[in-house]
Order: sequence, then structure tokens, then C-alpha cells
Amino acid sequence: MEEIILNKLSYPILSLIVFLPVLGALLIMFLKKARHIRWATLFVTIAAFIAALPLWSHFDKTTYKMQFVELYHWIPSMGINYFIGIDGISVLFIFLTLLLGVLSVLVSFRSIETKVKEFHMSILVMETAILGVFVSLDFLLFYIFWETMLIPMFLLIGVWGGSNRVYAAIKFFLYTLVGSLLMLVGIVVAYFYGGQTLNILALSSVQYPLHIQVWLFMAFFAAFAVKVPMFPVHTWLPDAHTEAPTAGSVILAGVLIKMGAYGFLRFSMPMFPDATVLFAWPILILSIIAIIYGAVICLAQKDFKRLIAYSSVSHMGFVTLGLFALNSQGLEGGILQMVNHGIITGALFLMVGIIYERTHTRVIADYGGIAHAVPWYAGIFMIFTLASIGLPGTNGFIGEFLIILGAFKAHMIIGVLSALGIIIGAAYMLRLYQQVFFEKLNSSYENHPLPDLNLREVITLLPLIVLVFWIGFYPETFLSYMHLSVENLIQQVNAGSGGRHLLAEYIKIFRGAF
Amino acid sequence: MKYVLIPLLPLIAFAINILFGRKYIKDKAHWVSVPAVIMSFILAVGAFMDVKAGKVININLYDWIVSGNFNVTIGFLIDRLTVVMLLVVTSISSLIFIYSVGYMRGDKGYYRFFAYLSLFVFSMLILVMANNFLLLYFGWEAVGLCSYFLIGFWFDRKSAANAGKKAFVVNRFGDFGFGLGIILIFLTFGSLEYLQVFPGAHSIVGQTLNIFGHEVDTITVICLLLFCGAVGKSAQIPLHVWLPDAMEGPTPVSALIHAATMVTAGVFMVARCNPLFVLSPVAMNTVAVVGGVTAIFAATIALVQNDIKRVIAYSTVSQLGYMFLALGMGAFSAAIFHLYTHAYFKALLFLASGSVIHALHHAKHDDEQNMQKMGGLRKYMPITYLVFILATLSITGIPGLAGFFSKDEILWRAYMGGNLGKFLWFLGTTAALLTAFYSWRLIYMTFHGKFRGTQESERHLRESSPVITVPLMFLAVGAVAAGWVGIPPLFMEHGDRIGAFLAPVLGHSEGHGTHAEEFMVLGASIAVALGGWFIAHRMYIKRPELPQKIMDKFQPVHRLLFNKYWVDELYDKTIVQPLLKGSEKVILGIVDAKIIEGVVNGVPALIGAFSRRLRRIQTGIFSYYGLVMALGALIIIGTMIFLK
Repeated sequence: MEEIILNKLSYPILSLIVFLPVLGALLIMFLKKARHIRWATLFVTIAAFIAALPLWSHFDKTTYKMQFVELYHWIPSMGINYFIGIDGISVLFIFLTLLLGVLSVLVSFRSIETKVKEFHMSILVMETAILGVFVSLDFLLFYIFWETMLIPMFLLIGVWGGSNRVYAAIKFFLYTLVGSLLMLVGIVVAYFYGGQTLNILALSSVQYPLHIQVWLFMAFFAAFAVKVPMFPVHTWLPDAHTEAPTAGSVILAGVLIKMGAYGFLRFSMPMFPDATVLFAWPILILSIIAIIYGAVICLAQKDFKRLIAYSSVSHMGFVTLGLFALNSQGLEGGILQMVNHGIITGALFLMVGIIYERTHTRVIADYGGIAHAVPWYAGIFMIFTLASIGLPGTNGFIGEFLIILGAFKAHMIIGVLSALGIIIGAAYMLRLYQQVFFEKLNSSYENHPLPDLNLREVITLLPLIVLVFWIGFYPETFLSYMHLSVENLIQQVNAGSGGRHLLAEYIKIFRGAF
Repeated sequence: MKYVLIPLLPLIAFAINILFGRKYIKDKAHWVSVPAVIMSFILAVGAFMDVKAGKVININLYDWIVSGNFNVTIGFLIDRLTVVMLLVVTSISSLIFIYSVGYMRGDKGYYRFFAYLSLFVFSMLILVMANNFLLLYFGWEAVGLCSYFLIGFWFDRKSAANAGKKAFVVNRFGDFGFGLGIILIFLTFGSLEYLQVFPGAHSIVGQTLNIFGHEVDTITVICLLLFCGAVGKSAQIPLHVWLPDAMEGPTPVSALIHAATMVTAGVFMVARCNPLFVLSPVAMNTVAVVGGVTAIFAATIALVQNDIKRVIAYSTVSQLGYMFLALGMGAFSAAIFHLYTHAYFKALLFLASGSVIHALHHAKHDDEQNMQKMGGLRKYMPITYLVFILATLSITGIPGLAGFFSKDEILWRAYMGGNLGKFLWFLGTTAALLTAFYSWRLIYMTFHGKFRGTQESERHLRESSPVITVPLMFLAVGAVAAGWVGIPPLFMEHGDRIGAFLAPVLGHSEGHGTHAEEFMVLGASIAVALGGWFIAHRMYIKRPELPQKIMDKFQPVHRLLFNKYWVDELYDKTIVQPLLKGSEKVILGIVDAKIIEGVVNGVPALIGAFSRRLRRIQTGIFSYYGLVMALGALIIIGTMIFLK
């Protein structure tokens, strides 16, 4: 196959990275002391990150092809292989996952006191599952990782979550499961149409008839839209985020919901290009609704975590808007914004977790005026607030600007409407900041001193601060990985798969109907 | 590279102060920030020399964003317009930094103040030095951020925190248009670099955009969108509401950011984009009318305010209106000229009022910004009084002083601009009358008559220390003499030197008028300046009971002006409250909780109900199962036989 470049390193680097966390989970099964478990988990996640560094340095940016590929027969009779590899899009998410993995362990050092071993095992299993999703090039493998990830997340929310954790966990589980099952049906149909193979690259070059494309697109859409989450299937997200422990929220916001958008990029667009063009419009409109709806609803939030959760709905609206603008600025902005959202929202959840450990309240009104008490915390929170509202110089600006540019290119009105989101974005984030940090110090902290960030917490946040400015001032480091992959994707979508003529007819009929 | 140092030095000062200020530097923060900004000033003078010698510097440092066919760099353009702005920004910043050493002494956020101030100077310098629209936007947003930090500097006060947030959000409305304008520029010209966009402007004349089925001139749309940004940043109608509230910040901030530099960014931007604006008469007229109306609108509000800083704030809005009036009439260099003189006399007004506030604060006066509680201060603060007088003479346009030349230049250009121009000249001249009145009213209420505070306070009244008064004197020199570079050709051979200097960038403003007309305009300006002074003198010195009488007689008018035409209340009722209430009651309470949750959860609920029914079949009774099995078998066999 010419679409792939086999792994040239002397060892199977991707397999190593993917399975290192789960091996670590086996290891910590034999540990007894909580302290040992914490340090061992931290060690494993850092080791996985370091193990991945050759991906960064050896990555070939001159090709869009899959790299570091490992391909072994698994169930030959059914055309199923152990087939993994990465391109310029997935490599970014590998690193984001690995980084947030380390940070979510670090932030849990004090806050998790019960069932320490099970907690850390869940985190490690989840890390393997998420990494697996991003490297899989075989549908069965992909589906296994995709569903595996549900279990540890379900446990994280349901066992270590807040007061309403069981409701949130079940809601999360059911929503994602229903979406996934439809995708499974889609995979089976694609399998039979595509010549009985589950090779994702091979299936991407199959020319599906338009009506099959439409059905399959919708089946996959069900899974991905719930995961993103897109309006109107977003309501599991605020509950899950709010109830999850900090580490859970960070992983959930940081990488887990990225898998939906990633699914659009990896499957929906290359496999069903004609359906993609057909559905681009409704998705753009849903994205605009998500941006504005998510932002407006943030104005009414009284719960710290819920506000950030709803802001995710708005920000992910920007992501899907960029992706389905279907031009290079939109797509690159969308992909970059996925990374940015992982960094920013991940950081904001980390910060909420840090202050929650001290105050044990998520109610915004219980704070107020704490900037004098915790100046470093306030300063760092300001950095992420600014990144969240897309101030130039931060990573949020680069992503949002490219997305709005792409959207404007796709359609002027869409571009204009999306830009409205940044006004409301500023309003709710600055409102939150004022209510928490400014004005008179809340009387409940007058007698209980509120300690500022300690060294461990600063170390946890530092990489994210660096990334905010790095991407803000020199995004090319990250954009350069995706340039060719995105160009290739656009070509695939534009080339279509034979249904474009029919699609034009459909659209004509559709327009005529109004 | 030395040019890069101009913005870089204040940035380094910011970084040092914000990281080490709290623990280590503390009350020595000015030793980091002040030298940095003075160095920037010296380098700016060097840049001025280079440009004056005929150089235009355009340097690209590195590619900032590359995506598809989109490419934008971090790069600087230093031409004649830039160096004028560089000198204004760095010279006034230097003086205000020094002033702040005295003014902010003892504040617990001393290091933070100098950190933010330095960050502001960095941002402002990036704004004026950028060689492309996106970097301009970077500076634009960054100065807005610094403004937010500094307005809310005393954030324990709810009003200060609110004012900061208001400034930021109101500006975002303007930036919404500004950002879209930048995107449209890229899609039209394929580049965001000034030197690519401006020379190509002629080629797109006549190009149109389809907006809701209407064909609209592209350049007009671009210019109006850019102007949205200017309306926000330079506090023009209808986005002027944030600037008066911004006075919650410390006074040096009001002087530097909300008078001399940041708020003039909109004027600078429109002047910078003059090759685009001149191609769109619609946009030009819009700019001129918004400017003219704002000039008189804000001046009327200033007539009745009692807070010393608010009077000056409305005065700033009004003066910015003059600048836009000039821009809209195509007199770009006149606008920059007024920007430059205004920077000195307005910074001086603010800093001098800061000196007053500072003195009253130390005298334990309880209402330190209310002019009704002042009076008679000239006895105690002679230097402050003197510089205040000079600044007032300048702003009201007394011949020979800075404000006279620049304001007269604007009014004269307006007069020559056809019917619309004559109308705007009339507005401008009327506003000048109001300006003279409220400026002298301020002086009389503050410095003349008897002190209206407590005797205890009066005993502690002192002139401010030299660290405050010396910068005032420097600024006073500027307020008097800054205009001499623009003495019109009417009085001096080779006059209007600043206009000639800027001509390569801003073009020559042309106009047709006779000497007689020019003298008429001049005479009118002088007459209103003296007239306003005279009225104020009559009302506040000769017959102090008069203001109260007039107020009683024209109660509704007074209330309208005193309440600033109720614009804030209008926005609150029509935008802010509906959004907040709608968000809480409708969207969160009904749409999200009831409709969406209802539908999406409804499906599982339906399945649940269905399965509860179905569950009843599973009774656990063997004979019942046997019966069902037998029935099932019978049906299958029957069907098979039937189908055969």
C-alpha cells in the first residue's frame, strides 16, 4: 500500500506508547501504599510521554501519509489486522493525551483519598484506550479502544465524583453508548460494502453510492456528535463534568470529547465526501447555535465547573464550525482549536480542582475577592481566562481567528454570526473572574487563610501556560505537522466519490422545495 | 534590531515586575519600569531622526500564522506616521511614569501598577509599529487588556471591577466589526500587510459584495467595519459609555491610557488606513458625522458633571470627536496634529486634577473628586493652578497655544468641505463654545472661591511634591508649544510643518478657501473661546447664585444632561438585562432543562416504560413459558406451511 510509511525505528514505538499505561496499571496492582501508587503512576505517565518524544523529532512533515505504521495480521479470515499509525493530525492528540495524563495524576495527589489503587488504574487504562483511538487504522481495533474508554470514565465519575455522581455517570454512559452502537452498525455496513475489510485507509478509498454515504454518515455522526458534544445532544456534558473528579474533568474535556471531532476528520470526511458536503450546512448551523447558545447559557451559571463545562459546548461549536467550513484555514483552525481547548479547558478544570481542595465549594457566590489572598493563583487563572476568550498572543486567538476566517470564506453570514460568540465569551469569563477574584474578600475566608499555589500545583500548570503562549506566538510548530494532512483531506473531500453530480441534483431539488 | 528594542524594553520591564515585584522589588518597581520607558523614548527619537532623513523601515521578524494561502508575519513598519506616534507615546509615557512614582507611592499594588503600565506601553508601541492588520489587532486587544487591568486596579471596589469589565466588553462590540473588517481585507486583497493592501486599494474600486441580496461596495463595507473598532476604542457614539466609567482607574492611567494614547488608537488606525477610506465617500461621511455629533454630544454632558475627572473624560470624548471629524473630512494630518497636541494638554489636565485629588486625599477630604466640595485651592496649590490654567487656555483654543492651532486647522478644513462640512464646522464651533464654558467652570469650581470642605482638611492642604509637579511643568511646555510645528501658512511662511512632514503617508489635504474666509473661521473660534470663558466667569465668579437658578429653571434639560442622556440605562434595559434574564430564565430554565433534556431523555423514558410492560411477561412460571413456547412453535410451523 502506498498510503503508509512503515515504522523505521528499531522498536514498535506506537505500540509501546499505547500499552505502556496499561502495563503500568498491571504493575500498580501489586503495590499497597497509596504513596507508592501515586508515584508509580506518575512515573508511568511521564515515561509514556518521554517514550513518545521520537515521534516529534522523527516525524516526516513532508508527507501526508500514515507514519510509524505497524501492520500485523490478526484475524486474516475476516480481513482484520493489528494496524496502527499516525499522521500530522493524530500526532498532536497523542501528545495532548500524554501531557494531560501526567497532569491529571499530579493534580490528584492530594484530592483522591479513597480507593487510590483503583483510581490510578482507571486513569492508566483510559490513557491506553484514548491513545489507541488516535492510532488505530483498523475499524475493529478502533471500536474496541473507543468502547473500552467508556468503562474507566464511567468509574471515575461514578466512584470518585461529586454528590450527584451516579446520575451523571449513567447519563454519560447511555448517551455515548447509544451513539456508539449506531456507529457499530455503520461499521458493519461499511465492511460489507468495502469488500470485507476493516482497514480504515482502504475503506476511505471505496466509492460508496450517495444514499449509502448519507446513511453511513448519519450513523457515524450519531457517535461523534454525542462525543463532541454538539447541540442538542450536549446535556450529558455539564452533568458529567460537574460531577467528575478533577482528573476526570481534565481528561474528559481535554481529550475525550476531542475524539468526536477526530472521528469526523478520520472517518466521516474521507469516507463519505459527498455526504460531508451535503451535511456541511446543517452542521455549520448547529455549530453556530452551539457557539451562541453555549455562551449565553454561561451567563446564568452559578456553579464554577458547570460554567466551564458549558463554555466547552461553545468552544467545541467553534471546532465543528472550522472543520465543516471545509477549507484549509477552517480545518487547521479547528484542529488547532481542539488542541487549544484541551489546554485551556483542561487548565481551567485543574484550577477549579485546586481551589476546590481548599474550599470544598463549587458555588461561584461562595468566592469573591480572593485575588489578594491567592495572587499567584489569580494571575495564572487570568492567563487561562484570556486564552479562553481568545485574546491575541494566546493560543485561543490563533484557533478562533483561523476558524472565523474559514467560516467567513465558507459563507459570510456564518462567519459574522460565529464572531458574535467572542463578545459573549468575554462577558461570561470576565463576569466569572470578577465574581471569584475581585471586589471585597468573602467573609468566610477572613479567618480561614486560603493558601496560594504550592510547588506541585505550579509544576502542574506550568506546561500549559507555556503552551498557551507558545501557540499564541509561534503556532507554526504545531500547524506545520498538519499542513499536508489537511491539504490531503481537502483534496479527498473535493474529489468526492462519484456522488457529486447526484448531490448537485439533490440540492437543486431541495432548494426547489422552498 | 534597535527598533525592536523600542517595544521590547517595556515588555521586559513588565515581565520582571510581574514575576518578582511582589516578593523582591516591591516599592522599587519604578527602578525597572521608568528607565525602560525612557530608553524607549531615546530610541524613538533615534527612529524619528532616521525617518526624517528619508528612511522607511519595514522589517519582518518571523512568520506568525501560516495556513493554506493565509500568511501573516510579526513585522514592523516605521514611517512618518509611526514616528510621530512613537514620540507622542514614549514622551508622555515617560512623564507619566515619573509622575506615578509620587502619585502611587505607598499603594500596596505599586509593583503591579508599574508592571501593567509597562505592558501597556509595549502594547501601544506594537499597535503603532505593526506592519500588518493582524499585528495591529494584537496591539489593539492588548492595550484594551491593559486598560481593563488598570481601570480595575483597585478591584476591591465593586465599581472599579465593573468599570473594567464594561470597558472590555463594550470594546469587544467594536472589535467584532474590526475583526470582520480584517478578515474581509484578507479575502479581498489576499494579504494583511499594509504595503500590499494599500497600493492595491485602487484596483478594487467598484467591486461589490452581496449582502442579503444587496450589492454593496466592498471598500465601504471594509472601512465601516474597521471604523466599528475605532468607535469602540476611541469612545465615539454609540460605544462611548465605557470611557467615563474608566475614570475608576488611578489618575495617571486616565491621563496616559484614557486621554493621551490608547483612546486615540482609533484615530491613528483610520489615518493609517487613509488609502482605503478616501475611496469610500460613504465611509468618510460616516466618520465625519459620528465625530462631529460626538464632539457636541459629549460636550453638553460635560457642562453639568460635578466629578472633576468625569468632566475631563467627557471632554476627551468630545475632543476625539473633533479628530474623527477631521478624518472624515479627509484632513488626516489635521487629525494627527490634534491627536498630538491633545495628548499634551489632556494628559496635563488629568495629571493636574490628579495632583488636586492627591492633595485632597492627604488632607483626609471625604469626597476627593467632587468639585462641589472643592474651591479656593489656588492659594494652596499655585503650581497646579498655573498649569491647569495653561492647559485650559490650550484646550479652549486661545491663540498661540497648542490647542488653538490644531483645533482651528480642523474647523477650517471642515468649513471648506462643502455643505456637510459647513454643518460640521457649525457643530464643532458650538462644541468649542461649550468646551470653553465647562473648562473654565472646572477651574472656577476647583480653584476659586472658598474651600467647601472641612476646616480640618483645609489645614492639611499642600502643593504636591516635585516628583508630581515637575512632570506637570514639562507637560505644560507641551500644552503651550506643541502646536508651533503646525502654525498655518496664513501666519508663517513654510507653515504647517507637521502636515508637510506627514504628507508622504497621509497625503495633502486640499481645500479651496479665501483668506477672508479663513480669518472668519479663525475669528469665530476665538470668539467662542472667549465667549465660553466669559459666561463661565459670570456664572461662577460674578454671580455664584446663577447656576442654581438656571438649573431650577431648566430642570428637565439638566436632568437629561446630568444623567448622560440615559444611554447607560437604555443599554442596560435593552441589551444587558434581557441577555442575563433570558439566559437564566428562558435558555437555562426552559430550553436546556425542559425541552432538550425532555426530548433527549424522553426517548429512553419511552423505552423504559415499554420495557416495564414487557417485563410482566417474565413471570417465572414454567407452565406459562411452556404455553408461550408452544404457541410460538405453532405460529412458526403454521407460517411455514402457509408460505409453502
